[in-house]
Amino acid sequence: MADTATIEKVSIIVSKGSLEGIYPALIMANGARAEGIEADLFFTFFGLDAITKKRWEHIKLATVGNPGLHLPTLLGGMPWVPDLVTRYMERKMDKLDIPPIPEFIEMIGDTGAGIYACKASVDLFELDKDDLVEQVQGIITVGEFYEHAAGGQIIYT
Amino acid sequence: MPTNTYAGSAVPVDDEGFFTDPACWTEPMAEQIAEEAGIDTLTDRHWIVIRFMREQYAAKGTGPTVRVLGKTSGVGVKELYQLFPKGPAKTAAKIAGIPKPRGCI
Repeated sequence: MADTATIEKVSIIVSKGSLEGIYPALIMANGARAEGIEADLFFTFFGLDAITKKRWEHIKLATVGNPGLHLPTLLGGMPWVPDLVTRYMERKMDKLDIPPIPEFIEMIGDTGAGIYACKASVDLFELDKDDLVEQVQGIITVGEFYEHAAGGQIIYT
Repeated sequence: MPTNTYAGSAVPVDDEGFFTDPACWTEPMAEQIAEEAGIDTLTDRHWIVIRFMREQYAAKGTGPTVRVLGKTSGVGVKELYQLFPKGPAKTAAKIAGIPKPRGCI
């Protein structure tokens, strides 16, 4: 075995509700578990969409305010563009066998990773446990998040 | 290149202990590799995954990721992590004597 430092645990905060805001965090959490690293996901603010029953199948790519897309802002703002660009991206991801967000979150739950919702955000959006997907293990405060995260690395996305 | 000795023969491995030449692997080596990886006993369920790893490597030249294992090996993701808590694809590849699978999903 290589004699190098290892990461034993990661706690990943998901604060954004766009496709490109959510996927990197899911890939990092799933990849951590695949390496035998303990992983928790903590969904806050618009990141909650990824674990909200009525939203998680409808996550969109941000087509405005996203210079990386190389699309004129006015075009990105047309009503049909977010759906079109999102579908295009989803097809590309499907070819690479990257699962859709609901399937990915189910899989991450099966890896034994922790999945938590931020209490302040749940209150802000007037949600409760029943609005969240079954993989969510709890609605926790920021203090409880730090308790869960103790001894590991915290990654904010 | 480092070597490890399994079932009485020295086999070339990489820095992390993965076989660099899968042809050197024999089934009797698996128990010892598993024990070193923290798995005391290999059950029939472990063996389904180990054999699947070797078949996939032979067919595709690379070992499957956890997602592929979960979808196609006949053992689901939850059970994979129960069988191989330190990472199913990684640990099973090591026990199966194939290089570490590369893939982000």
